[in-house]
Amino acid sequence: MRKTTMKQQTLKSVATALALSAILMLGACKKKAAPPPPPPPPPPPAPTASISVSPDTIQPGQSATLSWQTSNASDVSIDGIGAVQPSGSQQVTPTDSTTYHLTAKGSGGTQDATTRLTVTPPPATAPPPPPSTSEEDLFGQSVKDIYFEYDKSDIRGDQQAAIQADAQFLSQHSNINFTIEGHCDSRGSTEYNLALGDQRASSVKSALVAAGVSANRIKTISYGKEKPFCMEENEACWQQNRRGHFVYQK
Amino acid sequence: MSFAVCFNFFKRMHLNRRPTPLSAALAVRLASACLLLLFSPLFASAQDWVRTGSGLGVEKVRLAVPDFKPANNDPQNTALLKTFNDTFWNDLDNSGVVELVSKSFYPLQVPGNPTEVTFGVWNSPPPSAAMLAFGNLAVAAGKVVVQGWLYDVKNTASPLVLGKQYTDLATDDSARIIAHKFADEIIFRLGGGIQGIAESKIFFVSDRSGHKEIWSMDYDGSNQRQLTHQGSISLSPRVSPDGTRIAFSSLTKSGWEILMYSTELNRIVSFPHFGGANFSPSWSPDGARLAFSSSRGGHSQIYICDASGANLHPLTAGKGLDVSPAWNRKTGAQMAFVGDSTRLPQIYTIEADGTNEQRMTDQGYAVDPNWSPNGQFLALAWKRNYGPGEPGSRDIYLMDIASKQWVQLTHAGGSHDSPSWSPDGRHIVFQSSRSGKEEIWEMLADGTKLHQLTFTGRNTQPNWSWK
Repeated sequence: MRKTTMKQQTLKSVATALALSAILMLGACKKKAAPPPPPPPPPPPAPTASISVSPDTIQPGQSATLSWQTSNASDVSIDGIGAVQPSGSQQVTPTDSTTYHLTAKGSGGTQDATTRLTVTPPPATAPPPPPSTSEEDLFGQSVKDIYFEYDKSDIRGDQQAAIQADAQFLSQHSNINFTIEGHCDSRGSTEYNLALGDQRASSVKSALVAAGVSANRIKTISYGKEKPFCMEENEACWQQNRRGHFVYQK
Repeated sequence: MSFAVCFNFFKRMHLNRRPTPLSAALAVRLASACLLLLFSPLFASAQDWVRTGSGLGVEKVRLAVPDFKPANNDPQNTALLKTFNDTFWNDLDNSGVVELVSKSFYPLQVPGNPTEVTFGVWNSPPPSAAMLAFGNLAVAAGKVVVQGWLYDVKNTASPLVLGKQYTDLATDDSARIIAHKFADEIIFRLGGGIQGIAESKIFFVSDRSGHKEIWSMDYDGSNQRQLTHQGSISLSPRVSPDGTRIAFSSLTKSGWEILMYSTELNRIVSFPHFGGANFSPSWSPDGARLAFSSSRGGHSQIYICDASGANLHPLTAGKGLDVSPAWNRKTGAQMAFVGDSTRLPQIYTIEADGTNEQRMTDQGYAVDPNWSPNGQFLALAWKRNYGPGEPGSRDIYLMDIASKQWVQLTHAGGSHDSPSWSPDGRHIVFQSSRSGKEEIWEMLADGTKLHQLTFTGRNTQPNWSWK
């Protein structure tokens, strides 16, 4: 178009304007447009179309009724559904919000209509997932219990890596307060085991403090042999019960 | 004191083939004062032990105890007589002071009052009794009246040793208490003037309410009652010498603290919280002071305070853990305790001013010392041969404090812990897993007359009242 000359453009604009006004005159004043003899054959009527959905908001799994009406159309289709009767209704159960686009084609032209069905997530279920796991879960996953030799409360060599890892995590999460429980296996006496469990908890606390964890975040408590993790009488079980156990403090 | 537990320490004879000089000297020294005959293991192995001793030839008084008879026709008599007769027999049988003549030797007609006594059938075979305890019981107007006599049936001219009458409400409890009182009178006279224990109490820990709480029972296991309702974990009950207070250790919101229960008010009374972990209280014999272990200074050490909790000060100051103090019940001048400065826990003694610490046990794993009422002996729980595959488990031992000679009282069949002496020094109560779970058992201080006192739930840490 831009390559056309100014004259040609002006002529074309005038012609377009005349044609448009003629169409508008015809459309707006149908009844008045009768008189001119000889009447030209009426142009084919333009198709009409409407579409609606009820209800217009559902939750996933629910259904809604899509209703549409057209006239003067020979070819009616809805996107995503396909060819449909000129007028009709249909149940739909979309899982996501959907815009239904109806196209009605006839000899008089093409008419579009749209309607939107909104699918909302159910209100109470599944609050939005937290951005990361909770601090307590992280504590439970990251901080490892420390195990002891029989009748000993010093931290043995194979537990040094665990306590350094614990200290690192606890230093990185300096807002967490926690309790160290000292536990003993069932073979010792009640009273001596309480003192031993107290000493085990203290040993773990001292190692953490030495590694830079603030002492005032740490509580210790001895359970002696009062709260065993494992009830059988064998070495595997006794070892389970000789430990410094970490508990997140809410 | 005419009564003393008698020891003869022929220990480890498979090694020595003769008693050590100290053992022989001790045996001679104690023999004259002996009423109970203690044995010692001839072999160290737990399965292979025999009874031996220096006083085996001394016979106990043969006492016949026919059932008391009804004195009227009240319908309540039968039930109360059953309670009375069972309790009375058990008290005398468990006393260790007399030898009860089996009822199968008794004549068909037994006396209910002095006019019915036929001396000849009692003082000659088959009963051959030296003493006869008999009497009657009657319920009238809501009261039970018991008359009882102790006769020296060999002294037909003047047989009466004791005659007593008791009146109380006609209840099962009363019948039991009267039986205890009369049994104690007899034991006092036949046992060298030492008060009997039939009216004493045992305090202990039971989990049968769902939590470990402090309970009490009569010395024979009857009348078991829950005292505390802390709902956490309560351990190590220790009754004061006058019986009015029980110190124990309990897990509180601020950690393990010593709590105080009043047996007069039936509730917890105030006692200071000290901080750290506080365990294993022990009363001085005058009831004025309390020893216990506390980690308030960093690790578990023995502390002493007044009965009110005032004047707290440390007694021990070693590197190891110290726990389970046990005051010398006669003098109050020393204490035994458990210390682990040489790794496995051992028994030590120390003066109450912190001087003269002495190691008592030479090996193994030794815990839970308890000082005898006469001041001479320690009862303790000991696994002498400690190590993987070593035979035996923790057993109850007695140790003569002056010589450190020891004797084993229980022989395997489970772990044995927390021994506590009876007020008369003739019995020891302890916990044992020999029945499959921890229960409270009692025996004479020579290891005989072993019997179970508790059967419901798990029951531990018995502590016998001081009188």
